[in-house]
Amino acid sequence: MTNAVVVPPLDLAPQTRSFDPAAFIEPTSRDEEWKFSAFSQLKQFFIADQSAGNVHAAGVGVNMLDIHQVASTWIPTDLAAAIARANVTEAGVLEIEAQSVHKEPIVIDLTTSTTKAYQHIEIVAGRLSDATVVIRQNLTSQINGATVVTVGDGAKLTVITIIDGDTSTALALQLPVSLGRDAYFTGALAIIGGGAVRIQNAITYTAPGGTAELFGVFLSDTGQHIEQRIFVNHDQPHCKSDVMYKGALLNPGARSVWIGDVLVRKEAIGTDTHQVNRNLVLSDGARADSVPNLELETGDIVKAGHASATGRFDDEQVFYLQSRGIPLDTARQLVVRGFFAEVLGRVGNTHWRDELLAKISQRLGIEKFEGDDE
Amino acid sequence: MSSLLITDLYAQVETDQGPKDILKGVTLKIESGRTYAIMGPNGSGKSTLAYVIAGHPRYTVTSGTITLDGVDVLSMSVDERARAGLFLAMQYPVEVPGVSVANFLRTAVTAVRGEAPKLRLWIKEMKEAMAAIQMDSSFAERNLNEGFSGGEKKRLEILQLALLRPKIAVLDETDSGLDVDALRVVSEGVNRFRDETGAGTLLITHYTRILRYIKPDVVHVFADGRIVETGGAELAEILESEGYERFTTVKS
Ligand SMILES: Nc1ncnc2c1ncn2[C@@H]1O[C@H](COP(=O)(O)OP(=O)(O)OP(=O)(O)O)[C@@H](O)[C@H]1O
Ligand SMILES: [Mg+2]
Repeated sequence: MTNAVVVPPLDLAPQTRSFDPAAFIEPTSRDEEWKFSAFSQLKQFFIADQSAGNVHAAGVGVNMLDIHQVASTWIPTDLAAAIARANVTEAGVLEIEAQSVHKEPIVIDLTTSTTKAYQHIEIVAGRLSDATVVIRQNLTSQINGATVVTVGDGAKLTVITIIDGDTSTALALQLPVSLGRDAYFTGALAIIGGGAVRIQNAITYTAPGGTAELFGVFLSDTGQHIEQRIFVNHDQPHCKSDVMYKGALLNPGARSVWIGDVLVRKEAIGTDTHQVNRNLVLSDGARADSVPNLELETGDIVKAGHASATGRFDDEQVFYLQSRGIPLDTARQLVVRGFFAEVLGRVGNTHWRDELLAKISQRLGIEKFEGDDE
Repeated sequence: MSSLLITDLYAQVETDQGPKDILKGVTLKIESGRTYAIMGPNGSGKSTLAYVIAGHPRYTVTSGTITLDGVDVLSMSVDERARAGLFLAMQYPVEVPGVSVANFLRTAVTAVRGEAPKLRLWIKEMKEAMAAIQMDSSFAERNLNEGFSGGEKKRLEILQLALLRPKIAVLDETDSGLDVDALRVVSEGVNRFRDETGAGTLLITHYTRILRYIKPDVVHVFADGRIVETGGAELAEILESEGYERFTTVKS
């Protein structure tokens, strides 16, 4: 057969890992993994396309390398990812030197020049390094691929990913993150726009003491299908994960899917995990699915919690603001911005936090708020 | 001179068991420079009256009118009413996560005054207004009402009253949940507002203790969705000692 590695059949863990697309069976829209997805827009990624180009990465210290020069430890977990890995020819690589401290964020711009492109980005944070990376993914095409993050022992890495684009675009993105001993990873993922967006964010710990904070904000509007799948695999002792995602569905037809899987294996004693997803549905005819799963194989943990809520607009909040003379539109925008403020407040880098808030405001049709200049 | 005129007002709320009548023929006049008290038992519809004046979407007016200086209020949106000069200090102010008090106040003041106040003047004005009701300036950075104590929420309502300077203010149980010191500070805030602006004020309350600080010209007794008796300040004293029993005796 192929070089497939068969993982013991645990509910939440991927069943197959392989570089070879032939190791995977082509999914159908009825599969558990795909039944919430924008299947008709994403199934194009199940067939290799020789005419597709590469996603180009530009930024200080970022090199485009031949894919064969890239030593990635990450093995694809589904057909689309395996096809991307097998067909991408160049990868964008950022290596953050061990012990180096970067005060300024490293900005990476991802672009494509073809209507379809494969993506492979590697970010490797050397041991004891400290850096923030901002990835701007402006979607103009159909993209399938991965951004692979490796956080070395004792390293501290923040990756802020901003995804934007119009509704004709599609993105199937793997975001695997691997954490070394006592590594500290903060992932801030903002999906401002895009058509069919499916992101799989898998966290693995290779040694004890790692911390992963995953913060996400997303907006979904008519014609958008935003899907996020988070998988945190606690198989090392004394690791932490803290997941907070907030989404807003703006208009009829807007769609979002959030699946948060946390698996705490027997050996992961002293685990501290928390995940929450909250969605705000601002219109009839918009749909948000939210499924948090927590599977505990050990009771010897610090704490484990998960929560999910999808709510309508809070009419009382809007009434209160309006009763002070604030027009309805502004009142609604204030409430939505306030809703996101909790998660954005946790993004340490204030410059990018403000940038995200500005982008969200812009999407909500607010150019500027009174009081912003205070 | 402004006057808010409420004439034979009926209003209902949608419940699981269908619509329920709450206001059953309220007639009331609130004029500039005068202070009115409405007292009445729990559940008689006092807050409903306040909400209907402010335009809360939960209540439906089935008949009657509300006009401000002859202009129909019922056809105005909630924010239009506020900009026309109506203000409601709520019995249960709403928490709005992620919206700072400073941002909220400036947005509201800008909307009501029709232009954004100059930044430097505004900060000074806000600080002074906060000091006047003994509210620490650090509250400006907090999220609106979030985690505020009952008393702090009521102070913030009065701060808004001072900054928005309405023509007619309705204060729904602003005195409840306040300790003696806070009651004095809040009452002084209301009196200062009244003296400086000459606005008309409607106080909804259960207790006469606030009426010792804020003297009413007129006291209305409210029961079962309407005003059942009207008198001067002395009526409040009678209600305090005798209770509302004679207004709520069983009819059926
Ligand atoms: N949304 C609602 N659904 C059902 N009943 C309601 C609703 N809102 C108000 N009511 C009812 O209407 C009546 C009047 O309520 P309201 O809050 O106006 O009374 P109140 O006089 O302000 O009472 P209190 O002195 O306790 O503040 C009560 O019986 C209340 O239960
Ligand atoms: Mg009440």
